[in-house]
Amino acid sequence: MIRFVLAAVIGLLASPIWAEVKIAEVTSPGGIKAWLVEEHGIPFTALEIRFRGGTSLDAPGKRGATMLMASLLEEGAGNLDSQSFAEARDDLAAKLSFDANADMVTVSAQMLTENRDAAVALLRQALIDPTFDQDAIDRVRGQILSIIDNRATDPSDIASETFAALTYGDHPYGSSELGTKVSVNSLTRDDIFAAKAATMARDRLYVSAVGDISPADLGVLLDTLLGDLPATGAPLPPPVEASFTGGTTVVDFDTPQSAIQFGQPGLKLSDPDYYAAFVLNQIIGGSGFTARLMDEVREKRGLTYGVSSDLVTMDLAESWTGGLASSNDKAAEAIKVIRQLWSDVAANGVTQAELDAAKTYMTGSYPLRFDGNGTIAGILVGMQMESFPVDYPAKRNSLIEAVTLADVNRVARERMQADKLTFVVVGKPEAVTTSP
Amino acid sequence: MFRSIGGLALALLVAPAAWADQVTTFSLPNGMQAVVIEDHRAPVVTHMVWYRAGSADEKRGKSGIAHFLEHLMFKGTKTLAPGAFSKTVEAFGGYDNAFTSNDQTAYFQRLAADRLDVVMKMEADRMRNLILSEEDVTTEREVILEERAQRIDSSPEALFGEQMDAAQYLNHPYGTPTIGWRSEMEQLSRQDALDWYQLYYAPNNATLIVAGDVDPAKVKAMAETWYGPLKPSEGIVDRIRPQEPPQLAERRLSFSDPNISQPYVARSYLAPERNRGAQEQAAALSFLAALLGGNPQTSLLSRALVFDQKIAIAAGAAYDGTSLDPTTFTVYVAPAPGVKLADAEAALDKVIADLLENGVDKAQFDRLKTQLRADLIYRKDNVGDLAEDYGSALTTGLTIEDVQAWPDVLQAVTEEDVIKAARAVLDRRHAVTGWATTTGSEEVMQ
Repeated sequence: MIRFVLAAVIGLLASPIWAEVKIAEVTSPGGIKAWLVEEHGIPFTALEIRFRGGTSLDAPGKRGATMLMASLLEEGAGNLDSQSFAEARDDLAAKLSFDANADMVTVSAQMLTENRDAAVALLRQALIDPTFDQDAIDRVRGQILSIIDNRATDPSDIASETFAALTYGDHPYGSSELGTKVSVNSLTRDDIFAAKAATMARDRLYVSAVGDISPADLGVLLDTLLGDLPATGAPLPPPVEASFTGGTTVVDFDTPQSAIQFGQPGLKLSDPDYYAAFVLNQIIGGSGFTARLMDEVREKRGLTYGVSSDLVTMDLAESWTGGLASSNDKAAEAIKVIRQLWSDVAANGVTQAELDAAKTYMTGSYPLRFDGNGTIAGILVGMQMESFPVDYPAKRNSLIEAVTLADVNRVARERMQADKLTFVVVGKPEAVTTSP
Repeated sequence: MFRSIGGLALALLVAPAAWADQVTTFSLPNGMQAVVIEDHRAPVVTHMVWYRAGSADEKRGKSGIAHFLEHLMFKGTKTLAPGAFSKTVEAFGGYDNAFTSNDQTAYFQRLAADRLDVVMKMEADRMRNLILSEEDVTTEREVILEERAQRIDSSPEALFGEQMDAAQYLNHPYGTPTIGWRSEMEQLSRQDALDWYQLYYAPNNATLIVAGDVDPAKVKAMAETWYGPLKPSEGIVDRIRPQEPPQLAERRLSFSDPNISQPYVARSYLAPERNRGAQEQAAALSFLAALLGGNPQTSLLSRALVFDQKIAIAAGAAYDGTSLDPTTFTVYVAPAPGVKLADAEAALDKVIADLLENGVDKAQFDRLKTQLRADLIYRKDNVGDLAEDYGSALTTGLTIEDVQAWPDVLQAVTEEDVIKAARAVLDRRHAVTGWATTTGSEEVMQ
């Protein structure tokens, strides 16, 4: 694969969809809201469910409880144990998955029209009546502990965790959502039930559906599936100010290539300059060969396989971050080039041609995100979590189009802070030392 | 459910192909083969060109040249400046990329359907008119070395995988990594790249796949315009590679690295692949992989080792029969803390022995067939996957008929077929078994 695959470009802007998609707002008889795109061409429905809060709602001393809980939702429910649940799911050829991250618990389902009621009944058991058997807890705990060990020997994971700790300190964003070996080992069955009660409630629920289902049928489905969830969960944690010293932190680790993360303060989605910064980031660190970082660090100098940057907007904080890997004898030059680029763009801005190319790309790629029922359902639920209006897809490109060169260069001057650009380097980089 | 080992894929039953009525095929007089897959739900198209040239076609000593050339294809042509290809695609809001594997190299773009003509013109241009400067080659060589450092050298699991493949294939080039051995990558020259390019990049060695909101007749006309005039390569010969001698002795490897946190046992067995008009054994092996180690809750290995005996964190099996030459059937087990690799391996072998003795669980077998039928529905949602099914099959010696027959071949597999295939393949005398451990905690291998 020639290109470095970018990790987290989407999700930030909640990936608006093809403007012609007709999104209906559905409210169930029981009052649960969802967005729906009817697509009857293929006899299945994709369902995406989100609970805001996620692993940041871990109780004190219980780090990892939400992740373990989400991983256990498919490990037994009602009168089914883990294996019976899997067999029931496979008999229906339904696809069910459960996950959590710093901002949400996620549930994804794809169900055939021919047995949708049975698939919904099964998923309902997982959401409403999971058993959290001790046997399953211990088994999945063992798997999570193994992953924690694995991350501790992976340079890029060490870089991410070190960077998060420096940026967010004691806030949940500052530590791994998996928890530590100590915290995960201490979790009890009661802790798992408590994590579910804290995170999976109707007051933080977002739902979308795309596929072969009518609004009326979706309404019934919503009440059946989600109506028996508790009304309220735990209060959301407060926002946190990300901290960037502008320094460099080296974590000594025996590996031939250094894993590097860098970042500076970001912008909120509600910031009036957000779209200008969004376009600016595309020019500096966007996907593809044409971005400045890729051009300077890879194409011109061969210092890395891939480098990119992202405006990261999470529920409780924002940052402007990037990452790459570069051999130990090249890492110093790679860091120097990135710091120079950051200062240069802040001082001198970008060109009209770069702006035009970025806008053409960003507006032209917009319809291409329409990429299957499951993908669209994911986009719709993300839009709801960002409080975007249902007609946002029709407006989104005009927000990009409205960005001028003056905007971008002013935002570069005002918001790119080379003196705050903070680096974490994991490896044995030559001529790179920790500096505050 | 978690997977604890990054580098080891769990088994999946290879998903079936598109409905035949969605697919149109044609060939150009210069030998270029084409497949058009229609999906009119959105005005988007994926355009791919697959070359029957992969790392297993390289000359000895030139490992990595197939992949290196793939990178260099993004430099210029006689009429297109370096980088302009991607810049043009991006200007349309599109995405382009490429990949190289043992048996093929493929280039693709995904963009608005009304831009197909432009990318086809550019792809046809770089099939025959690439220009490489010495400087481009020198810098890009640094990039592929960084890629190797990132994907392989920084990952003990990937390094171990290279050693396993090298041990599995004594004579066949599948034992050489696609990205190349570092010492050989460092020596790859501009002339090596051009030699490779001139031999293999030609219409009679390429397959065109167009998937999305397109009219097959218009695609054909477009292909005639852009690919039609290209001259075929005269040097392309049948892909007859050095084959494996009979394996008479089990091979065992012991690998340790300070950065392996979770020890594991990996095993690969040399296994037959899908062949033209003869895909039955590969179909049976696809079921075998799913039954033995596909589902993390209900597969035989998970049931026995993770659930019942509680001696493993995870266990699985994998097989992908889409390969030009004999491939591998792989299994792995990651023991729970305190369990020795020797005991984990013995338990793994017991599961296999029990399967051979007791036969296939009927309910589980039927469940897999139900899922396969459902996949015919789910797969229509993603024509990109269908395009890959065709591309990989048509560059590994299979025909369009083989691709379209594959769902029926899978459905026709019986429980007896699975056991027969298991007996033929799961023989330790034809296997490589490797233990991966943390440096300092090695176990003595039996």
